[in-house]
Amino acid sequence: MTSNQLRHLSKVFQTFTEKQFSSSVSKFQLPDLPYDYGELEPYISAEIMRLHHQKHHQTYVNNLNAALEKIHKAEEAGNVGDMIALQKMLKFNGGGHVNHSILWHNLAPVNKGGGTRPDGAFLKAVEKEFGSLDALISSLSTTAIGVEGSGWGWLGLDPNSKKLKLEQCQNQDPLSTKNLIPLLGVDVWEHSYYLQYKNDRATYVKNVWNVVNWKDVASRYEKAIA
Amino acid sequence: MSKFALPALPYDYSALEPHIDTMTMNVHHKGHHQTYVNNLNGAIQGEHGGQFKGLSIENIQRNAVKAPDAIKATVRNNGGGHFNHSLFWTLMAPTGSANSAPHGDLKQALETEFGSVDEFKTRFNAAAAGRFGSGWAWLCMDRSGKLFICSTPNQDNPLMEGISEHVGIPILGLDVWEHAYYLKYQNRRPEYIAAWWNVVNWDKVVENYSHAKQQKTPVFDVPLA
Repeated sequence: MTSNQLRHLSKVFQTFTEKQFSSSVSKFQLPDLPYDYGELEPYISAEIMRLHHQKHHQTYVNNLNAALEKIHKAEEAGNVGDMIALQKMLKFNGGGHVNHSILWHNLAPVNKGGGTRPDGAFLKAVEKEFGSLDALISSLSTTAIGVEGSGWGWLGLDPNSKKLKLEQCQNQDPLSTKNLIPLLGVDVWEHSYYLQYKNDRATYVKNVWNVVNWKDVASRYEKAIA
Repeated sequence: MSKFALPALPYDYSALEPHIDTMTMNVHHKGHHQTYVNNLNGAIQGEHGGQFKGLSIENIQRNAVKAPDAIKATVRNNGGGHFNHSLFWTLMAPTGSANSAPHGDLKQALETEFGSVDEFKTRFNAAAAGRFGSGWAWLCMDRSGKLFICSTPNQDNPLMEGISEHVGIPILGLDVWEHAYYLKYQNRRPEYIAAWWNVVNWDKVVENYSHAKQQKTPVFDVPLA
């Protein structure tokens, strides 16, 4: 074999290997709900839970995967301009996937801990920051109800100061965009409540506390301060 | 001092069926729009209202960027909400009661700008479907008389100079907040957009276009209490 033939063969082999073992694009999946659609009733209807999970969250997952595929193709083509243009689609849908994946665990049926008040280190931190659990509930309710348009109210942890903080996020912006670790999210996009509560966002937020899974929130807190 | 009041719908709550359902019209008008009116009055008639007291609804939009800090967000969201919805009700009519397609100068302008009325609708649909979160899609005229399509977030509109990315006089708008369609269409926003064309009052849009050519905003009822 001549050196040219060897060089050509090396190139063919290299391309073949790259095609087989190049970084594959992530394919995210809709996580299962940890309970049945009807188990958060009467506070959140089965119909809302089904649509919220099977339609809205599924769409975020599908569009996240599509965005990643497009970004990957643009990257392969060396088209950085296109990669940048796709960041919006990534943020909307990736954020939607992150946020809702947390939400399903932030909630629980009443007979599986929903509404049961927390204790331990997390409760101590809440009392230190807000005075009482009820004060936190009141403040986070106000924060969530006051979101203009579509968005979320969050209880988060500042990883630097280790303090609990409340924040609003627009659209599906993940709480990481505010440099906080998400602990508990209150979704106030109209799709979260409209079929049951219509424009009465305040009553929806008031009722949601009956199904907040404080154990999950506390466990996120403990992970975040570790 | 007089304050804003909720304008009456120009038709019954059930008049836009089956495209927009009666319950949605009820909650949208008596719930959402009424709340924008109440909150706007609260801000402007309150201690921080200042020069916003007595401003016309259209000048509230143009000057929203200059509102005092204490009431800025309220004026933007609720002043926008009151303007947008007051205009929106007039842009619709029971199917068959007004022209169902653009005509005259407007038709020509749409064809000149977009190639055809169908192409205009395709681009408008894309703007409406592509607005992430809450907002509106608009057909507007810019200062040079050119028509353009854009969308705005939340209750912003293209009259809000210094706030809206695109500035112009809106002559047609579509509410794509979930509350505008969720009861009947749930997450299926494109279906709502497609159905809405059946109730667009093109006579009104043509009238808005001729006003806009004189750099005037659409005319609609702005009752005071």
